[in-house]
Amino acid sequence: MRQATHIFRKEFSAYFISPIAYIVISIFLLVTGWFFFATFFLFNQASLRTFYALLPVVFAFVIPAITMRLISEELNVGSDEILLTMPVTARDVILGKFFASVAMIVAMLIPTLAYPLTVTLMGQLDWGPVIGGYIGAVLLGAAFSAIGLFASALTRNQIIAFIIGLAICFALTLIDKLLYFLPQSLLGVFSYLGADFHFQNIAKGIIDSRDVLYFVSICFVGLYAAYLALRSKQ
Amino acid sequence: MILVENLTKYFHSLCAVDQINFDIQKGEILGLLGPNGAGKTTTLRMLTGYLRPSSGNIRIKDLSIDKDTLEIKKILGYLPESAPLYHDMLVFDYLNYVAAIRQINGKKKMSRIRHLADLCGINEVMHQPIGELSKGYKQRVGLAHAMMNDPEVLVLDEPTSGLDPNQIVEIRKIIKEIGKEKTIILSTHILSEAEATCDRIVIISQGKIVADGSAENLKQSTRGKNIMKLSVQNADFQTVHETLMGIKELDDVTRISETDGILSISLSYRSKADLRPKVYSKIKETNWVLLEFHQETQSLENIFRELTKEN
Repeated sequence: MRQATHIFRKEFSAYFISPIAYIVISIFLLVTGWFFFATFFLFNQASLRTFYALLPVVFAFVIPAITMRLISEELNVGSDEILLTMPVTARDVILGKFFASVAMIVAMLIPTLAYPLTVTLMGQLDWGPVIGGYIGAVLLGAAFSAIGLFASALTRNQIIAFIIGLAICFALTLIDKLLYFLPQSLLGVFSYLGADFHFQNIAKGIIDSRDVLYFVSICFVGLYAAYLALRSKQ
Repeated sequence: MILVENLTKYFHSLCAVDQINFDIQKGEILGLLGPNGAGKTTTLRMLTGYLRPSSGNIRIKDLSIDKDTLEIKKILGYLPESAPLYHDMLVFDYLNYVAAIRQINGKKKMSRIRHLADLCGINEVMHQPIGELSKGYKQRVGLAHAMMNDPEVLVLDEPTSGLDPNQIVEIRKIIKEIGKEKTIILSTHILSEAEATCDRIVIISQGKIVADGSAENLKQSTRGKNIMKLSVQNADFQTVHETLMGIKELDDVTRISETDGILSISLSYRSKADLRPKVYSKIKETNWVLLEFHQETQSLENIFRELTKEN
């Protein structure tokens, strides 16, 4: 476990050494900021609802971009050989990289605190849903990170890793919007699978253990799949 | 120290390493030789725990690779082929990171990094990104990486490939220096290098061991052609050929060159006895001027080529 923290530290600082972090954070703030404030005055409501409505789709694009390099780059350069012959296990590697990505997402969310702060200047903001929304955003980010990490472990090509990650995250986001095509018997299962559905629940300010469990299990499945993908290279 | 038993590795249906056995004593420098694709890198990767063997076992000290992988990694230092390091990191940051993973902390860390920087000669590039280094420096950083934990066993995969002759000499010097106390396994396809640095040579071809022993032993054990070369003046090839073919052990006399009246010829024979006295006494009977006369030692190149020929 100690080894995972060394990998975490190295990966997290690697984001800020290269321009990736700055580019991704800028794009994220631009997109969410624009869509939030473009309709904010039309609704004339002091809430972050439009910001949270959009967040899963934006995350589905941004997070695979954050995670795509984590393992692909190692496979491409061959540095996984150096890493895995040091006294670390595949589990340390996966966990270290996963938490680096989650920390990066938190760093990306911190500037968006300016939105609720701006809103409080203009009206009465209910902080309950805002806090719930941020907790949900971190959980959602972690789940998508795990998926992105798995995609990254599959290939040495970062673009392919990005597209696979994007496809899975996007499908999870939109799955509960496509329910009218499905037979009724499957509705329950598929609506439960939808990431957006669970995120919006939390963003209402209700932290239900079922929603938390959903994100935790997505994380677990994603990380375990990434672990297996990395091990299979041996 | 290291015992490799029936080690086999399949990649799907392709057999990369086929039931190889060897052992390495403590303090030995072992050279793994072989043509491209012979299974050298695969063998080393299994030794270092990067690849899992399809079957067979590797024991290092009293640890077994499949059960005590982590413990083995702790006493091992490994430099993969062409030193694949993180391009974005500064050399110092990288060594710092490696030291952290190797659990070297505090004051010991700085002194260890400084010592390795001196040993590998990378002081002047400590604050450059690894991606910008020349191949030689990258290799040295890789070597510093491999020696961070003062490993008992050092595994080097083609440590001198892509280096210039000066750097090759330096790296060999470092290897020799470390090899006084440590067990080293290195792979190479440069034969002179194996001869110069290794105590023992294992030649593998198509995943199998075809020879194992010191360079001297290998040279003696293979019965190849012996070659003798001589240059004479005041003679023409026809008479030289006739005269020397009088020695019945000689197989062949061939002309290498004939310039300015100097005739260079090579004599080949298979007999184990030294033919030099016989050849000399033949020449003494004539009025040729003998300019050059030497027996070529069986070179490792010839042995290598003979052993690793397809089929």
